[in-house]
Amino acid sequence: MTAPLIEGRDLVLSFGNERVLDQVSLAIHPGEIITLIGPNGAGKSTLVKTLLGLQKADSGEVVRKRGLTIGYVPQKLAIDQVLPMTVKRFLSLTRSVSRADCEGVLAQVGAGHVIDAQMSQLSGGETQRVMLARTLLLRPHLLVLDEPTQGVDVSGQAELYRLIDEIRRELDCAVLMISHDLHLVMAKTDQVVCFNRHVCCSGIPETVRQHPEYRSLFGVREADAIGIYHHEHDHEHDLSGHVVGGCGHDHSHDHGHHHHADDHNKAVKEGAGTNQ
Amino acid sequence: MMDDFLFRAVLGGVLLAVVCGPFGAFIVWRRMAFFGDMLAHTALLGVALGLLIGVDVRIGMIATCLAVALILAYGQRQSRIGSDTVLGMLAHSTLALGMVALAFVQGVAVDLMAYLFGDILAVNTGDILLLAVGGAFALGILAWMWRPLLALTVSPEIAAAESIPVERLRLIFMLLMALVIGMAIKIVGVLLITALLIVPAASARFFARTPEQMAIGAGLFGAASVLAGIALSWHVDTPAGPSIVISAAAIFVASGIVMSAKRHFAGS
Repeated sequence: MTAPLIEGRDLVLSFGNERVLDQVSLAIHPGEIITLIGPNGAGKSTLVKTLLGLQKADSGEVVRKRGLTIGYVPQKLAIDQVLPMTVKRFLSLTRSVSRADCEGVLAQVGAGHVIDAQMSQLSGGETQRVMLARTLLLRPHLLVLDEPTQGVDVSGQAELYRLIDEIRRELDCAVLMISHDLHLVMAKTDQVVCFNRHVCCSGIPETVRQHPEYRSLFGVREADAIGIYHHEHDHEHDLSGHVVGGCGHDHSHDHGHHHHADDHNKAVKEGAGTNQ
Repeated sequence: MMDDFLFRAVLGGVLLAVVCGPFGAFIVWRRMAFFGDMLAHTALLGVALGLLIGVDVRIGMIATCLAVALILAYGQRQSRIGSDTVLGMLAHSTLALGMVALAFVQGVAVDLMAYLFGDILAVNTGDILLLAVGGAFALGILAWMWRPLLALTVSPEIAAAESIPVERLRLIFMLLMALVIGMAIKIVGVLLITALLIVPAASARFFARTPEQMAIGAGLFGAASVLAGIALSWHVDTPAGPSIVISAAAIFVASGIVMSAKRHFAGS
């Protein structure tokens, strides 16, 4: 097996008395698409910051492959009005880029018209397109996207995901994405990691959607809305995300649940049928 | 000779303004105006220490500013006390300590007003040499780390993802600021140095489309403020340091009026 591009091993981090990362291990290999899902306040962004080296863990280590280039697309980039910055200048933020190259990548993401605009005047969707254009110039081995479609309207979101997929194909890079948009995520991803201060479960999308913790993380209504299987949880989270009881088990996915899940799924579908 | 001291004042003031331009822009972008103020207060302690130990007060000021910047960098690593509180505590306790230490200096009458408001007309050749060498050093390092420092100002996450040493750059920038402020006190004084850093940068914001334009514009507006302030002081016999700051403020107001008029007519 090839060495991972970046790997976090047994990361532990507390803010005050609150443990935000609890023995988290996560490795990203070349070409892999990993999606991190979890509720608000689950520490997803903190985990990403720790992997990037911006936040130091209390214990555990982050191993970064030598010469690794990471392209990072934040949730929302708010460039302060106080800092004058054209789109062209922003594309040269960490390395100098010619105007022709800027025009090329902006056209590719459908934002050719904004090249001389100020960053602070772009809409949410335009900002994210410019961010993606920047990653095209960077040609990273790993693309890290932190809820890349936040603040973008629904039709724009699908378009952004299409663009991300296109860019990933072109760059042939690994992707670590934090997302809330479950069904969109499921369609594109290799591996889903359910995260709430610890790795609750992970695997290919089919496996994860059948995992009890997935259901417990996203709640009944949301899970039903997108046709997720319903079954019993094997542990609960309290408001601060701590596991309440029953968490002595191995957090890798548990095949014992599958049949049970399928039964339940049938029941849910039938139930839905009679309601119509 | 009269012309000589005027020439030195203009040369020293313009040199300082040019150095302050790009630093002021970063202070405005990174919202570090209070940090600059704190360092300036610290300089008074440097004066006292210099006199007590018997070294040049300029060296005392620069060394004290650097030391306090280091203490602050360490103090900001904890989160139990907010960084504005840490800044305030450092500013006022170092100022108080400076005043108390000055009381122990015997036989020297310290002109406190000169340190509070600067004494640009008393700038000597040594001051100008220090400004030229120190300023070139500070600007050189800033130019060298310009792109990564700007990247981390835009987004620390993007900078960290692209292997920019965020913490180290932050520290170096704080130390460079300490150096610039330590050098500047003699000219504009403890109470006015922050103004010389931020007001020309704020004026330049009206006209700039890129960070570089704003940094250079800040240097130009700062130099213009120095020239106008010294001219005012010369003709109307006003104190020079405050006159420079008033000129900078006038340029800011004029810039604001010009830009809003321009926008008004473009819009209608």
